[in-house]
Amino acid sequence: MLMNLFTFKGGVKPPTNKTQSVTLPIAQAPLPSRLVVPLHQSIGGMPQPVVQAGDKVLKGQLIGEADGWISAAVHAPTSGTVLEVAMHVQPHPSGLDALCVVIEPDGKDEWIAREAVDYKSLPPEEVRERLQQAGVVGLGGAVFPTHGKLTASKTVPMEELVINGAECEPFITCDDLLMRERADEVVRGIGIFRDLLQPKKVLIGIEDNKPEAAAAMRLAVQALGESFEVVQVPTRYPAGGAKQLIRVLTGKEVPASKRSTDLGVQCFNVATAYTAWRAIAHGEPVVSRLVTLSGNVHAPRNYEVLIGTPMGELLKLAQPHPDTDGIIMGGPMMGFLVPNADVPVVKATNCLIAHSERLFPPKAPEMPCIRCGSCAQACPHELQPFEMYWFSRAKNFGKTQEYNIFDCIECGCCSFVCPSRIPLVQYFRFAKSEIWAREREKNASDQAKARFEFKQLREEREKADKAEKLAKAAAAQAAKKAAEAAAAAAAESGTVPAVAAPADAPSATVNPEKEAKRATIEAAMARAKAQREAVQPKNTENLTAEQQKAAADIEARRVAAHLIEPEPAAAADQPAAPLDPKS
Amino acid sequence: MFAPAPFLLKDVSVSQVMIQVCVALIPGIAAYASLVGPAILVQLVIATLAALVAEALMLKVRGKSLALFLTDGSAIVTAWLIALTFPPLAPWWLVVTGTVFAVVVAKHLYGGLGQNPFNPAMVAFAVCIVAFPALMSQWPSVGLQLGLIDQMNIILGWAPRVDALSGATPLDAMKTALKLGEGSFDVSTLLANQDIYGNFAGRGWEWVAAGYLLGGLWLWQRKLITWHVPVAFIASMTVLSGALWLYNPSQFASPLFHLLSGGAMLGAFFIATDPVSGCTTPRGKLIFGAGAGLLAYIIRVFGGYPDGVAFAVLLMNLSAPLIDLLTQPPIFGMKEKS
Repeated sequence: MLMNLFTFKGGVKPPTNKTQSVTLPIAQAPLPSRLVVPLHQSIGGMPQPVVQAGDKVLKGQLIGEADGWISAAVHAPTSGTVLEVAMHVQPHPSGLDALCVVIEPDGKDEWIAREAVDYKSLPPEEVRERLQQAGVVGLGGAVFPTHGKLTASKTVPMEELVINGAECEPFITCDDLLMRERADEVVRGIGIFRDLLQPKKVLIGIEDNKPEAAAAMRLAVQALGESFEVVQVPTRYPAGGAKQLIRVLTGKEVPASKRSTDLGVQCFNVATAYTAWRAIAHGEPVVSRLVTLSGNVHAPRNYEVLIGTPMGELLKLAQPHPDTDGIIMGGPMMGFLVPNADVPVVKATNCLIAHSERLFPPKAPEMPCIRCGSCAQACPHELQPFEMYWFSRAKNFGKTQEYNIFDCIECGCCSFVCPSRIPLVQYFRFAKSEIWAREREKNASDQAKARFEFKQLREEREKADKAEKLAKAAAAQAAKKAAEAAAAAAAESGTVPAVAAPADAPSATVNPEKEAKRATIEAAMARAKAQREAVQPKNTENLTAEQQKAAADIEARRVAAHLIEPEPAAAADQPAAPLDPKS
Repeated sequence: MFAPAPFLLKDVSVSQVMIQVCVALIPGIAAYASLVGPAILVQLVIATLAALVAEALMLKVRGKSLALFLTDGSAIVTAWLIALTFPPLAPWWLVVTGTVFAVVVAKHLYGGLGQNPFNPAMVAFAVCIVAFPALMSQWPSVGLQLGLIDQMNIILGWAPRVDALSGATPLDAMKTALKLGEGSFDVSTLLANQDIYGNFAGRGWEWVAAGYLLGGLWLWQRKLITWHVPVAFIASMTVLSGALWLYNPSQFASPLFHLLSGGAMLGAFFIATDPVSGCTTPRGKLIFGAGAGLLAYIIRVFGGYPDGVAFAVLLMNLSAPLIDLLTQPPIFGMKEKS
């Protein structure tokens, strides 16, 4: 390639361990006895279940509806019966439960009616919608809903579309095999992204330890008459991090505070492009993915696996050695040990590594930091991990933010090189979650305060409003009565002797006036009472006997002088003139 | 089972780092031993034993794991630097005092490994040269050839500290001569004395300096140190000494003399590069190295001590946190567009 590549600083070169799992082609994993499909499989809104226990479902049938724009639908991975919609433990380090649809396969693997469309005939908005409905999410591991990334910035022209086939984590080879075997459909999928984003260039980055994949992709690009550039990038972890790959291919650095589209660049994983193509051109939602089975196993290989397949059952295909004591989901740099073997494969599951102490020896005890700076040299985001560690440890979270802890992508390079064996990434995760928790707490207390103040305000206003309404209603009632009486009088005046009229008329005209006056007075009294109640005497808890006596004397004088507790009767007797009922 | 990622770790440890520093010192030690005899090896053993005993006691007092920390090698590095900076025939108790002070006070009282704001070996040197100035300035006279037994007797105090011991380092000798001579001596005349000064920096001493340089380059090649501190140290010392040498060559020695005598090379590659007490940012390291080089020259030429490296490093240790704070490099995506 004649293209001028950039480099990113830092990075490490762990042993890649990829050759074991690339010798055999992709195989189809057999149908498991039970599928546990979590509803929340993407960043964003929690999809709502649209099936219930007992329902028959077909392969590809919607079981969880996207909740909001940043959310993606979830589908039945095979045909069968819904056993339950219940909480099950998730493939997440927390080991927490989340809502899952459990399906018992009927063995027929019967698809729903699939609608294949030519996306070029559809408006872009509908293509995005279809991707969301098909549950297409970033399969590189972040599972961000893909349709949400397919809108260019309004102000910055789209320059480069970066397609990530770097696959820098050791052991993982599913993208490698995908590109080797299904390059054609990957390239077609990239075509969809290109048409939606309309970048000037499309760059496909593949680490130079995957020459077969690069060759297959080049061939496919050529065969389809596309102008995409397939670029082999130096093998160095984390070259497959989106920001690192963007840097290597375009020279642009996307800070944590910006979207990549603000810099005129966007990045997708090759597997995402593949599923996008299957979704649009074949009407197949994302119900399976490629998973590398490797590590402490006899037969490492890549499998096409239905989402929801229990990991323990799946790993058996690779024949784990007897000393296997856990399953790592993801790679050895950023992956995590799953809580148990029953957790299901999800859209983010690119690799399962059988863990054993032989393969990953227990870590030596943590030593104090000697500030050697290896971590800072290894950090691809050019942070100062030892400083962030220092402040995380001291729980000085403000300082960790000054050292840009939220720019940390948790790639693990710092922990990898640390001679003191400090689990640096753990410290940073701890600090980040503490900061988030504190922000949540602060927001919650701010909201509670605002709610309380608003409630007080509202109650006062309602009281006043109520009194006013009462007054108005009373006045209206009185006016109505007066009018009726007047009308009656007018009607009567024609037929009955006029003698009754003079007697009734005054009472009819006096009564409404009096009614209105009384209501107004009541309203005013209510307001005054509310005001009095609102003003509580302060500092009355700890008074000495003398002070109490002095206060009592003053009260007595004020009562004597009629300064407080005015007689209600006096108010009622006051002339109506100053009290306008409309006030 | 809880084991956070990454599951793969590079094969590195604190003890590996420390052992490599010791290995890098070997060429310098070999040249030194051939210059002053086996005494220096005796001092290395004494200092190492003293450091390990002091370290073990302090770990015990502080309730730390002996198995974990005694083997980390940091105490040995401190001990070796002390042995290499103290006069080779200094009495055993002086070396022990310095080492124990370094380990107990300069290291453990500040919190142990990784917590010391000052380089422990340089603290020991500073304390001893202030407390025992005479003993700390007694270097074996040039040409004094004593066997191991004689040297042992002197170190252990079983033999009188003969007059032959009251020599000075070439660096000190030149300074004293220039000062006492009040202009009657000039540098070229002094350097003509091949017995003391050899070819350019003190007979045999240039080989010791070359040994440290070699070891330092190896450390750099092993990526245990970066180039910043040594380059800045050597550059600043060269520029300042070169300027004064050009200004008045009869009263100021050449940059080569300064770089190859005293503790310049040891300081540039092994002492000023101590990560715990030094700067950590690239620009900070440059400032630290340059400051140490300048101060070392100023103190050794214009000050009252035979060499200035120890005080220069300690003064820069004081400023390191501030320098680091002010030289934080921009992070990924936050650089000024050029």
